[in-house]
Amino acid sequence: MAKIGRIVRITGPVVQAEGVAGLEMHELTMVGNEELIGEVVRVEGKMATIQVYEDTAGLKLGEPVKGSGMPLAVELGPGLLQSIFDGIQRPLTVIRDATGDFVKRGVKASALPRDRKWHFVPLKKRGEYVAPGTIIGKVQETPLLEHRILVPPNREGKIEFIAEEGEYTIEDCIAKLSRGEETYELKMYHKWPVRKPRPYIERLEPSEPVITGQRIIDMFFPVAKGGAVSIPGGFGTGKTITSHQLAAWSDCEVIIYIGCGERGNEMTEVLINFPEWKDPRSGRPLMERTVLIANTSNMPVAAREASIYTGVTIAEYFRDMGYNVGVMADSTSRWAEALREISGRLEEMPAEEGYPSYLASRLGEFYERAGKVKSLSGLYGSVTLVGAVSPPGGDFSEPVTVHTKRFVRAFWALDSALASMRHYPAINWLTSYSEYIDYVEKWWNERTNGRWKELRIKALDILKKEDDLKEVIRLVGIESLPETEKLIMETARLLREGFLQQNAYDPVDTYSSPEKQFKLLSAILAFHEISLKAISKGVPVSKISSLPSVTDLAKLRMSVPNEKADEIDRFLDRVQADIKRLAGEGV
Amino acid sequence: MSISVEYRSVQKISGPLIFVEGVTDVGFNELVEVRDAEGGLRRGRVLEINRGVAAVEVFEGTTGLSTTSTSVRFLGKPLTIPLSTEMLGRVFNGLGEPIDGGPAPFTEEYRDVNGLPMNPFSRDYPTQFIQTGISAIDGMDTLVRGQKLPIFSGSGLPHNLLATQIARQATIVGEEVSFAVVFVAMGIKHDEAAFFKRSFEESGALKNSAIFLNLADDPPVERLVTPRSALTLAEYLAFEQDMHVLVILTDMTNYAEALREISAAREEVPSRKGYPGYMYSDLASIYERAGRIKGKKGSITQMPVLTMPNDDITHPIPDLTGYITEGQIVLDRDLHRRGIYPPINILPSLSRLMKDGIGKGKTREDHGPVASQLYSAYARAQELRSLSAIIGEEGLTEKDRAYLRFGDSFERNFLSQGIDENRSLERTLELAWEQLSLLPESELTRIPDRFIKIYYKRS
Repeated sequence: MAKIGRIVRITGPVVQAEGVAGLEMHELTMVGNEELIGEVVRVEGKMATIQVYEDTAGLKLGEPVKGSGMPLAVELGPGLLQSIFDGIQRPLTVIRDATGDFVKRGVKASALPRDRKWHFVPLKKRGEYVAPGTIIGKVQETPLLEHRILVPPNREGKIEFIAEEGEYTIEDCIAKLSRGEETYELKMYHKWPVRKPRPYIERLEPSEPVITGQRIIDMFFPVAKGGAVSIPGGFGTGKTITSHQLAAWSDCEVIIYIGCGERGNEMTEVLINFPEWKDPRSGRPLMERTVLIANTSNMPVAAREASIYTGVTIAEYFRDMGYNVGVMADSTSRWAEALREISGRLEEMPAEEGYPSYLASRLGEFYERAGKVKSLSGLYGSVTLVGAVSPPGGDFSEPVTVHTKRFVRAFWALDSALASMRHYPAINWLTSYSEYIDYVEKWWNERTNGRWKELRIKALDILKKEDDLKEVIRLVGIESLPETEKLIMETARLLREGFLQQNAYDPVDTYSSPEKQFKLLSAILAFHEISLKAISKGVPVSKISSLPSVTDLAKLRMSVPNEKADEIDRFLDRVQADIKRLAGEGV
Repeated sequence: MSISVEYRSVQKISGPLIFVEGVTDVGFNELVEVRDAEGGLRRGRVLEINRGVAAVEVFEGTTGLSTTSTSVRFLGKPLTIPLSTEMLGRVFNGLGEPIDGGPAPFTEEYRDVNGLPMNPFSRDYPTQFIQTGISAIDGMDTLVRGQKLPIFSGSGLPHNLLATQIARQATIVGEEVSFAVVFVAMGIKHDEAAFFKRSFEESGALKNSAIFLNLADDPPVERLVTPRSALTLAEYLAFEQDMHVLVILTDMTNYAEALREISAAREEVPSRKGYPGYMYSDLASIYERAGRIKGKKGSITQMPVLTMPNDDITHPIPDLTGYITEGQIVLDRDLHRRGIYPPINILPSLSRLMKDGIGKGKTREDHGPVASQLYSAYARAQELRSLSAIIGEEGLTEKDRAYLRFGDSFERNFLSQGIDENRSLERTLELAWEQLSLLPESELTRIPDRFIKIYYKRS
């Protein structure tokens, strides 16, 4: 039965309709004569309030509002990778073909290509009983990723028919299941509502780090696969570059990048770079494992609210195939602002700074969709969520940052003072933290002779001491410090310039392998020990720091490629010889 | 148009808004004609429709309107402006009507002033270097075609002077085409407007410019439409007429104040400092109308100017702007006090698109490393300045004193230039190396040795 109501109120992206009894919360609706896509956000008697995902200009009172009987859902199947979608999963390429270089409203577009054929390989046989989430076949979607075809989480039964290996479109029936009296046709895709987390068998504790190739993250503030992390920072501190770097270099099998209310040119940058940049592990273009969701700041605000749910639902789908998925949401503050704008139009009672009182619970629900799970298919998969936060005025005490901190377990605080010194990534090592250290310690220790944790504590200690000594130097000058403390300043400088700083635009430095990261950090800390001995023999720090080999130690991050990380050890031998010579020990 | 109904049912007038009762067949955001008791015509826009009541904002203000003698017609279309290339060389009000005494320009087409969002997939990434002739910008925070780079200023700082200097000097090296300039003044004073007009006339830039003026005593609602009218023209010139358009918007602070005023009149829930919660989206709908499109020759480069209230960069207006624009040029009161023009503080300034617009084949291969080294050296010099204020120069090492000398010389010889001085990029980089040569060679850790060999001047 079609539920048709009439528009009685229009205010920005929010519309109220009367006479639509039976509309459900979050039901997808068609608004107005042009059938703009909307979603029900409040129901009172026969009145429904709808947020509209497209521009409402020109919409008139009395135009019809139709319910679809379905919640807002995404299409999940082959064709997701290498796509760029808007906030409600319409491909921007299709929109361009329909309306030209500028986005007009009212475009109906399927998320996945209907005419493209995929090479389907069945993995189950006729007569087998398949439970929800079982993998029944596979498609090599891109050279980087095998797309596993899942029985939808709400279907199960005995296989009456399964297609032979061959070329099929996603609309072709590839299997029939029977359960009791009922039979279902399965296609290579199914739909899933974006606001409902996909089910799994059980949640597991994270145990493996996401290797991002970014030294300060991997060595100091790691995030585990299945973890949640927040990157807050004022403008110009490098949230977007950090998000781009994570999307490019993380060792996840699938990356979902959500440009939520951000700049158009930044999405263009990803679209230009990712097909060219190569995955360091496979040598294939990064785009082959990436899904982009772009709802830029000037696109409709309600679709911005939906975009992060669209993204995380696609991520859960790949997780259910047994993959590790990374989701970068830049920026969750823009999502929260969309929430605030809609809430304001609904005339809800505001809590802090005009944000609705349910901001915290929405954030909590979102970050809880991260996790490492045993999926319905029996395979282990994970969703790692990285949310950028754009605090107004760089003030971390504002509601979005504060509430986000409650739900993430790693916090990479970007610092505008570091950014204005062009120290990138501008992650502040004194205020950032990670609660995943204990989870990933085992993984690292196996690869570093058990030294990872000890090294990071030592390095962070030196950096903390540097910060304390800076206060002293401000009062009395560096010359009046004892030599051991001058050495702390020198080692801290090497740590900052030779380890923590990482140039995203330098072809060598942009990605550091775990081995190179570890060797660089050990070399700088070894320098500290060697120099301590030299000082005790009366060598002044000024002589050590002016050695050319010490100057070059800070440049190893750019001069030594990942595959030649052993050169760092040999370089350290040279530094050691030079310092010993200063101490009059000969070689 | 003739069939549209005339309503005489104004129920309430509040600030710039009128509320009309009993309306039917009215569209959200559509254009409205309001006639006052004397028959004077004003225009407005539908902001909200709630059952039979339409809230209309009146561009010319509500002074003189009453609930009894006002009549209202809804035109069934959004606000459009007439467009043509003949608009160059002319002066308009915020609604695109000529105010320079000349006849209305010939119209080639009409367009909705609100524009449409550019499809991110259609965008082309900006990579072409624009030479402004200003060392601090060209050398340190390079502007590229299709970028939106604002100037963050403060009351009493010479942002107008700088904006006109950029409008005069901006060129693409090796290309003879000059920019068409769309100049948008929002809420500025009469004498400032006169300064701009004179400056454009004297330099001969007026013939390639369209000026949109909304002065401080013009109605604030019109201020909200002014940048949209101007950007609609800019889009027409860039993407229909293949022109490279530089849009200068001054002063965005006045625009944001008008936005707050209207929001308050609508009794909306405010967010920070009384500004509406949608100010980010609203500003983005202006700033994001910069860029390039694949397959089109033209481009829109935006340079918005804003004055930071009380010089506070964390105030919502500069803050939200900085989150949308691709960098910012920050003017500094202390530099200005010391007589340095342009008083650009390079440390908080940034051009996000610089990296793709400079280097080999675009500017010069050493450009990137030189800028990076200047940044870190100047940051160090600033740090040492405050240190030496406490412990005295004697407490500093010889190397530190070299940094102090560098800092002073950098401000006096590199940043500082005349208001008519148009420096080539070669000259800017030559000056940059003169400053860097004040430091010991071993301090230039961000520059590859091969450039040091060529350009470093040993004393």
